[in-house]
Amino acid sequence: MKLFGRRNRNRELDEELQSHLQMAERDRRERGASTNDAAAAARQELGNTELIKEVTREMWGGASLERLAQDLRYGLRILVKAPGFTAVAVLTLALGIGANTAIFSVVNGVLFNPLPYPHPEQLVTLSESKPNFATGSISLPNFLDWQRENHTFSGMAMSRGYLVNLTGRGEPEQLRARFITSDLFSVLGVTPLLGRVFAPGEDRIGGAPIALISEGLWRRKLAASPSALGQTVALDGTGYTVVGVIPASFKLTLGSFNSIDVYLPVGQWNNPLLPTRGAGLGFHGIGRLKPGVTIEQARADLAAISQSLAATYPDTNKGIGATMFPLKQDMVHDVRVLLFVLLGAVGFVLLISCVNVANLMLARSSARRREFAVRTALGAGQGRLVRQLLTESLLLSLVGGGLGLLLAAWGTQAALRRLPAGLPRAGEVGLDGRVLLFTSIVTLACGLFFGLAPALRGARTNLHDTLKEGGRGESGVRHRAQGVLVVAEMALALVLLISAGLMLRSLQALWNVNPGFNSHNVLSFGVALPPSMRIATADGIRAALRNVDQQIKAVPGVTAVSLSWGALPLGGDDEDLFWIESQPKPATENEMKMALSYVVQEDYLRVMGVPLERGRFFTAHDNETAPHVAVIDDVFAKQYFGDQDPIGQRIVVPNKGGSAEIIGIVGHVKQWGLDRDDTESLRAQLYVPYMQLPDAAMRLSWNGTGVLLRYQPAAAATVGESVRSAVHSISSGHLMTETQTMDEIIANSLNARRFSMLLLGVFAFVALGLAVVGIYGVVSYLVGRRTQEIGIRIALGARSPDVLRMILSEGMKMTLLGVAIGFLAALALTRVMASMLFGVSTTDPITFSGVALLLAFVAAGACYIPARRATRVDPMLALRHE
Amino acid sequence: MKPRYQNRTELLQGTLDLLILETLRWGPFHGYGISQAIRASSRDVLQVDTGSLYPALHRLERQKWIAADWKLSENKQRVRVYRLTAKGKKQLESERSRWELVSDAIAGVLNAAKKGSTA
Repeated sequence: MKLFGRRNRNRELDEELQSHLQMAERDRRERGASTNDAAAAARQELGNTELIKEVTREMWGGASLERLAQDLRYGLRILVKAPGFTAVAVLTLALGIGANTAIFSVVNGVLFNPLPYPHPEQLVTLSESKPNFATGSISLPNFLDWQRENHTFSGMAMSRGYLVNLTGRGEPEQLRARFITSDLFSVLGVTPLLGRVFAPGEDRIGGAPIALISEGLWRRKLAASPSALGQTVALDGTGYTVVGVIPASFKLTLGSFNSIDVYLPVGQWNNPLLPTRGAGLGFHGIGRLKPGVTIEQARADLAAISQSLAATYPDTNKGIGATMFPLKQDMVHDVRVLLFVLLGAVGFVLLISCVNVANLMLARSSARRREFAVRTALGAGQGRLVRQLLTESLLLSLVGGGLGLLLAAWGTQAALRRLPAGLPRAGEVGLDGRVLLFTSIVTLACGLFFGLAPALRGARTNLHDTLKEGGRGESGVRHRAQGVLVVAEMALALVLLISAGLMLRSLQALWNVNPGFNSHNVLSFGVALPPSMRIATADGIRAALRNVDQQIKAVPGVTAVSLSWGALPLGGDDEDLFWIESQPKPATENEMKMALSYVVQEDYLRVMGVPLERGRFFTAHDNETAPHVAVIDDVFAKQYFGDQDPIGQRIVVPNKGGSAEIIGIVGHVKQWGLDRDDTESLRAQLYVPYMQLPDAAMRLSWNGTGVLLRYQPAAAATVGESVRSAVHSISSGHLMTETQTMDEIIANSLNARRFSMLLLGVFAFVALGLAVVGIYGVVSYLVGRRTQEIGIRIALGARSPDVLRMILSEGMKMTLLGVAIGFLAALALTRVMASMLFGVSTTDPITFSGVALLLAFVAAGACYIPARRATRVDPMLALRHE
Repeated sequence: MKPRYQNRTELLQGTLDLLILETLRWGPFHGYGISQAIRASSRDVLQVDTGSLYPALHRLERQKWIAADWKLSENKQRVRVYRLTAKGKKQLESERSRWELVSDAIAGVLNAAKKGSTA
């Protein structure tokens, strides 16, 4: 009603002024003026009608809410009237706020949100601490003792990944499985979608073959039918009864826990080492602390148990302890630094956005000085003006924030899709209440930040001077304010550019790291024999694998093939314990030495391009009937033999059939990744011939062995399919899995770094762009302001180069000051990135100086355009301008 | 600098109010009529700026010192005509006496200065 009345009043005011105008016109005509002159004179006398209406409306008064509505309307009108300014300001803000929202939503999802389990703070990861490893795997007997004897845990579970082949339900398929102890789901507090989880005791060795399946598998292979419970699925040829379905929402996103389709009781693993107390079989645990128990108490508890176990079983448990970390810390500690650096980076981008908008507002507020002065003259108070200007900037920031939110919602999803799978908890990233709150606060803070300075300055307009100067006058203060903002902008942009530069240099350094093998044109995949082979003899499996090897070798375009078991460079790792035969046999396994272990065939060096340094590599004759031989890498040779010649020496490797003669030395391969390998403690590498695998191990390899092959570059596009059909042609039960080129494996290992560099790079370039726009705007503005002065100088004989130099030096003064400040800031700030860098120091002089030069150069370019314009000032025009 | 300027506005505002109220004592007028009347009766010395006039009219209206109605002018044009209210008459009296007080005081000061300088 009130607004309606207001609209009427507005119309009346229009009419009132209109009638005034008409009467004034008529008077003039009656006094003899021509129609045109009368109209013009009357309009001139009336003055700025919009402004009069505006001030008159203010006299109507009204509630503060109404005044706010009035301010908003006026602000909107002002913004709509300057579409160029508004668009630039809104887009700048949307970019800044959007980027912040996106990164914050990631930080929020990954670091701040609690884990999706009841009482997540009670959950800890469990590992055995060993002399070589702080977080080694837990053996089943030790786990059972921990579980039985502790007083601080309400539950404890452990698990290990495994690959199984599903047959009898359509196409054979390899599935990710996990051997778990019965308590895993109850410890986490996850209830099955259907059926039940394993009951205590069902995980014992020799228990009935039962399985839990994922919702995904249930839908894919069992038609999402409730009658799936009690049905049998054939995994590696054994029939498992399905007792429950685990909801798809369950993801224990510890890298290796990804998309698991089957959970099997640990006792179903037919590994003969399972009941062995000293075995390291890759089991890691999760525990739930009793309410009120601190992690220190739990550590003390398990430490005491470990000590008593070490006393009881000195052979296996001497030096064995327990390590635990809060589950969440364990999941996210790798990305913490990265996320905070990114958050800092977008914060800088936002600051620059705000500075730019503040600059725009300052430049505009000088154009609007006359408007402010007149409004003041007409009785608008200063508080009123400040409020009006703040309303305008808040309007801008709100529109920018809204747009930014949309950008973020879209951008986060887009970015996460491209993300290396390595980001833990990526699925939990989204816009929730906390993100919205963050965005609102940031948006309002922006509005105040970039609005307040121009508003206060605009309101302090000196009416007398402004009107006298015809609105063109300018105080040096404003110029200084703009200069300070540009300097700040340059400094911020430089810090970001340097960070991005350091990441780029790290990546470049990594690409130049020699991985120790030639990754080009190498294909890696897995082959599983048909389930009927699970009861085959070791010789039967050897024959079948030889056949696979022959079939693949015969594929056109394939130049060399090697079966591979154990560790894969940059892929999974596998270790063997050993001792040197000429030295005394260690009393316990913990005193044995350890090496990365590769089980390969004679063509392995040809496939991988690993150089043979001394001696010889395996041949086809190093088979199951020949004496056992081994090859070591140069790290192994240096570490365990020092100055001695290893060739001809013998080592004993219990898990690989005992004593073997060292026959050759090959180059070291960066198993742990291009970046990490040099700093890892376990680097010695041991190669043994595939066919000399002990029978028990050979029998285990039927359901999945690795294959590496080198192909001719010309065959790159087709070799994968040709090999697949060759494998399938052996029998329909033969399965080919996980095909990847070695180049892909290397690229994936750098994904996280590349992603963070990409993001930092994008932020840095946005910052650069904004800063360049900023300095361009300010210098253009300066030129505009000094047109007259420049005109006079030219009239007095200044040549173009002089003018150019004068303007450029103004711009470059600001730039260089900004660069200097940014340089110092970066020196202090890049330290936090230390863990993200490789092969480059946090104060790398090349990056620092190169980037500083780049910024100075680009800024000079931005100043050159208006400077060039200044040289073209026509002195006559400039002077008449007044 | 700031305060000086503010004082000036206040003085102008107060004076303009007085002039408008005084003009309306002679009968209802529309805005344009008021500005012309002030101009004429001041022998062209005081020219009221439209930008000050309408805000002042609307402010006085809100204070209920004057009231407005839409009427038809001699030229058959719809115009907004202001008239003095009873409350406005009282206000005019007090404004007028205040003004006379001030102008007498100022005159006194000026005359004293004149006397002083001639003496």
